[in-house]
Amino acid sequence: MPGSLVAVIDYGSGNLRSAERALLRAAEGGSDAEIRVTADPEWVRRAERIVLPGVGAFADCMAGLLGIPGMIDAMDEAVRRQGRPFLGICVGMQLLATEGREHGRHAGLGWIVGEVVRLQPGDAALKVPQTGWNELSFSRPDHPLLAGLEPGDHAYFVHSYHLRPRDGGVALAETDYGGPVLAALAAGNIAGTQFHPEKSQRTGLRLLANFLKWRP
Amino acid sequence: MLKRRVIPCLDVKDGRTVKGIGFVDLKDAGDPVELARRYDAEGADELAFLDIAASVEGRGTLLELVRRTAAECFMPLMVGGGVSTVEDVRQLLLAGADKASINTAAVREPELVSRAAAKFGSQCITVAVDAKQVGSARWEVFTHGGRKPTGLDAVDWSRRMAELGAGEILLTSMDRDGSQAGYDLELTRRVVEAVPVPVIASGGAGGLDHMAQVLAETGVSAVLAASIFHFGRHTIGEAKRAIAAAGIPVRLGR
Repeated sequence: MPGSLVAVIDYGSGNLRSAERALLRAAEGGSDAEIRVTADPEWVRRAERIVLPGVGAFADCMAGLLGIPGMIDAMDEAVRRQGRPFLGICVGMQLLATEGREHGRHAGLGWIVGEVVRLQPGDAALKVPQTGWNELSFSRPDHPLLAGLEPGDHAYFVHSYHLRPRDGGVALAETDYGGPVLAALAAGNIAGTQFHPEKSQRTGLRLLANFLKWRP
Repeated sequence: MLKRRVIPCLDVKDGRTVKGIGFVDLKDAGDPVELARRYDAEGADELAFLDIAASVEGRGTLLELVRRTAAECFMPLMVGGGVSTVEDVRQLLLAGADKASINTAAVREPELVSRAAAKFGSQCITVAVDAKQVGSARWEVFTHGGRKPTGLDAVDWSRRMAELGAGEILLTSMDRDGSQAGYDLELTRRVVEAVPVPVIASGGAGGLDHMAQVLAETGVSAVLAASIFHFGRHTIGEAKRAIAAAGIPVRLGR
């Protein structure tokens, strides 16, 4: 049934299988989602939901997306014109920004006005990358993507850069790493997490299950 | 606040978990996937697989193990042992590992670390440093599972690896490994102070107080231990409660 298709975009970034397997597990509780890892823009255009995982450097990942003819157009059509639910994970969220400043300045998708900059924790003892489990605080606790989660729940982060949106109102959750760091965002049908829900055990699987049911 | 991590390590050989003392004298500790499942349920913050045979023939077995584990355990997974090319890293990541740990190959070819980091991001690349004390406040890097001296100073080497793009240092004291005499605090402290990236302390955990001690006294980001968990002496939960009781931020529950 094409209506329940969830496209996980394969653009050469590592660890797609983890996202796929976690979505499969999250779908077990009553979702009819069909999870498909794909590099084919046609599947993305047809998908009911779209997930953009991401591991690696901003510019490399952006180049990976641009390297698939028609992929960004298909994402634009499905997400921005048709309003289908979208979830970017880690660098997949960062790519939404206007600009990334990892190893130079690089244009992102520009769906969220903002920039991706290096973590500069206020406390000099904090290491970069931030690696490990950190607590979430909720900017919009009633958002359906956070259903069943509690402030103070932990999620797994591993990143050296973070997205600073111009409009702070898009924030869904934050974490503290020597200062506030955007942990999740939602703007209309477009969502993203800086942490890895596919690696965040119960908390992450719940967020993915919420995404599969989300009707923005 | 970012929590300090407790990482159970599964030394694997031919598809089984083993644990030796001082890198030899191996003892069978069970099916790795079964152990991984248990640690996941107990709230481990991450899992480490180290392929101690690291043979070319064993590669497929290791990848299959990673795949089976990643299909069930939705938590970070670090895999090391015999990683010697960018392609090896890619294979591990595709199988479901989050981080590849590079040891011997980094000494042979330091640029491998920068190439792998440029390709997959620093956060995927851990450099494992096996260090043995060779003098007062001097530790030397050993490779090939602790058999081969390199002449490299462990603190300088860790710093260089971070500069080349390692996102994390897995620091093992060979003097303490399997001894259950506690982590090497002095070595750990020096490496933590030398590098801007997280450091994992390994080698010597004999009791829960050893974990709390190295976390409290060195600023290390994570502790790794094997036998203390494998043979049912302690659960991950017990370790974390002991660490929390010492006032160190740790994730309780799951």
